[in-house]
Amino acid sequence: MAECCGSGTKLIYACSGAADVGEIADRVTRKLRKEGDFLMTCLAGIGAGLSGYVQSAKGADENITIDGCPVACARKTLERIGVTPTSYILTDLGLVKGESPVSEKIVDLMCEKIKKAKGSKTVQERTITGGCGCGGKC
Amino acid sequence: MKIEILGVGCAKCHKLEEIVRAVVGDTGVSAEIIKVEDIKKIMGYGVMTTPALVIDGEVRIAGKMPTTDQVKSWLTVK
Repeated sequence: MAECCGSGTKLIYACSGAADVGEIADRVTRKLRKEGDFLMTCLAGIGAGLSGYVQSAKGADENITIDGCPVACARKTLERIGVTPTSYILTDLGLVKGESPVSEKIVDLMCEKIKKAKGSKTVQERTITGGCGCGGKC
Repeated sequence: MKIEILGVGCAKCHKLEEIVRAVVGDTGVSAEIIKVEDIKKIMGYGVMTTPALVIDGEVRIAGKMPTTDQVKSWLTVK
């Protein structure tokens, strides 16, 4: 639901990845939405340039992206509109793309790691390795 | 011109409406001003945080209060 005139609005977005880590990113985002004080909203709306989604991102106090792999589509989608999100990438938290079967256990583990981790605000804070990190398995 | 102010009725929504009405009055722009308080309609715009201002179907700002000058530029620049 939309936040009315609230301060401290935090929006959270999942990448729309087709791989296993993409599905986990989606489920992690939905679980964090249910457990925390985040509003989940549509990354695709921002990609499509829909004004409501774009302006909501620009007006939020914090935007959080959950990406499955280092391609970081969710983070880059926000950066394209001039928004720097707090970025979490599941392969940075231990998952291997193409080798991570989706399960409640893995979703719970990723949620706990995200709650404990410090998200990366800028590209410079992360080690750039290039590629999607799957080793050819995606 | 159609101007929609999205919000369920808190102080910030009222303030935004005041700003918009003042700018419309000062500039003489011909505009229909509508207050949208229905949460489903608000979300239909993709807006996640209010107040929000929609001009001719385009969301210009959401979750922040615009300045009078910003509103004036949106209403007067084609």
